Amino acid sequence: MNEVIIVGKTFVEKVLAGKAGADEVVPGQIVTLRPDHLLTHDNTAAIVGKIGPELDRYGVVDPDLPIIVIDHVVPAANEKTATNHKRIREFVKRHGIKNFYDTGEGVCHQVVVEKGLARPGQVIVGSDSHTCSYGAVGAFSTGIDRTEAASLLLTGEMWLRVPPTIKMTLKGSFDKGVYSKDLILHIIGDVSASGAAYKTVEFHGDISGLSIGDRFTIANMGVEMDSKGAIFQVDDTTRTYLKEVGVGEGDYHEVWADEDASYYDERDYDMSDVVPSVAAPHQVDNLRTVEELKGLSFDQCFIGTCTNGRYEDLKVAADILKGESVSKGTRLIIAPASRMELQKALADGTISTLVDAGAMMLTPGCGPCLGAHQGVMAPQERTISTANRNFKGRMGCKEAEIYLASPATVAATALYGELTDPRELLS
Amino acid sequence: MTVWKYGDSINTDMLFPGKYTYTCSTADEVIPHLLEDLDPTFHEKVEEGDLLLVGGNFGCGSSREQPVLGLKAVGVKAIIGRSFARIFYRASINQGLILIECPDAVEAYRDGDEVDIDIEGGRITVGGKEFSFPKLPPQILEIRDAGGLLNYARKKLETRG
Repeated sequence: MNEVIIVGKTFVEKVLAGKAGADEVVPGQIVTLRPDHLLTHDNTAAIVGKIGPELDRYGVVDPDLPIIVIDHVVPAANEKTATNHKRIREFVKRHGIKNFYDTGEGVCHQVVVEKGLARPGQVIVGSDSHTCSYGAVGAFSTGIDRTEAASLLLTGEMWLRVPPTIKMTLKGSFDKGVYSKDLILHIIGDVSASGAAYKTVEFHGDISGLSIGDRFTIANMGVEMDSKGAIFQVDDTTRTYLKEVGVGEGDYHEVWADEDASYYDERDYDMSDVVPSVAAPHQVDNLRTVEELKGLSFDQCFIGTCTNGRYEDLKVAADILKGESVSKGTRLIIAPASRMELQKALADGTISTLVDAGAMMLTPGCGPCLGAHQGVMAPQERTISTANRNFKGRMGCKEAEIYLASPATVAATALYGELTDPRELLS
Repeated sequence: MTVWKYGDSINTDMLFPGKYTYTCSTADEVIPHLLEDLDPTFHEKVEEGDLLLVGGNFGCGSSREQPVLGLKAVGVKAIIGRSFARIFYRASINQGLILIECPDAVEAYRDGDEVDIDIEGGRITVGGKEFSFPKLPPQILEIRDAGGLLNYARKKLETRG
């Protein structure tokens, strides 16, 4: 008799096997499955524009499949974007799409999580690269293109190649003034911007000290190492958060890797080794410590986006700027990640503190992150931002520079107009 | 035939700036901005049948498909690269744009070299030297051969009735 060797399974192998109705799957295998949700945003109009006659004939395969959030250029910047929004609203009405969130609700990824639409063990795809964010609450989620989204609206079905997995084990805890943003910049700097290409990343170890917001920041930037999903194990922090957003433990099925799962690579990170860091132009893996570039001057400081626009991010900034003023010659822009996060920051005076210090407030949404409107830079200007990308031209001007950092580092920099280590202000 | 050479980590913002993402969607709208922040005159000079020879992590960043749409529409025959970012790779399959992941071929290329591609055989010849590249699995080739994902989906829907 042949000896049967049972090898443990990774998170993604279990989730994809379950969805594909297979007993087990192995990396490299191609499976066909029906995702739980399809996220689209301002690109919805272009997506449905590809399949007009087919939508007339077949309709949307399942009105509960799509989640649509208008967030990228909100409120509309011009006639063209306004018409785009109008077409989306017409599509939503015509096809009875339930999960629709209009302008002002927030950045799509934050909205998906805070409306309780992303649940542990689910498969969610979206026509936005940062769809990988829902790994924060134990879902497998990843980005696709517009054409794939159009096909999904009609068929509800797609293929996925089962990815190998990289296991990253986090140890210890952050020093004061160091945050999850510094950690993920450190990790991307370590593995490079293509270090997790075609692979999923699982985060293991001492995660109990990381809030859902912290995990969101890390999972969100998974795509900046080209990972196909970046996932945290469900724990009490997740269960409590999900309960708060109306999702009970009976509403989902927790999935996690077996102890003896087989990994492509394993890497350990000691969180107490991480220091305030930035991604310097024009790549996210161009890692520098704040110490190295201390004193570099900035024209604009931006706190917001799906990466770092939550209440806890605004609060950290307000604590640094309380009773102080943004340095003359520097502009501070704040765009909360969602209406809900904005409300939290309004309730305890965080927003007042920021506005008193001289901050400009924007509508909850993507804001200046993608360079379509709001906070576009002039040539030779420099922004420090809590966003996830610092590519050339990303914020609308190819002769400008973008540095990425934590909300604390951005706030400290706004205070002095030059790159400042937040540890100096928090000690 | 021209071989257009670009380096590592060419992201989709360089291939098609984000500021146009929600105002330009069709190939006609995309082409004037194709590679605008990387090689501004590319869209005027590129010809049907040209090749791109690129470094690692080509197409990283945003999931916007306009770069793929535009490169296909101007007649780029294939992109030969050290490696491609995941979403860009998938988007290319969905548009029927051919990507060839072959670091050795990129390394071997010298200006003026003849490049010959045998897609079905998974072989590429650069300046007389032959290299092999991984072929796509049959299920995926079906999508490409149908002329892209939407045609593939349409066929499937028609069969279902």
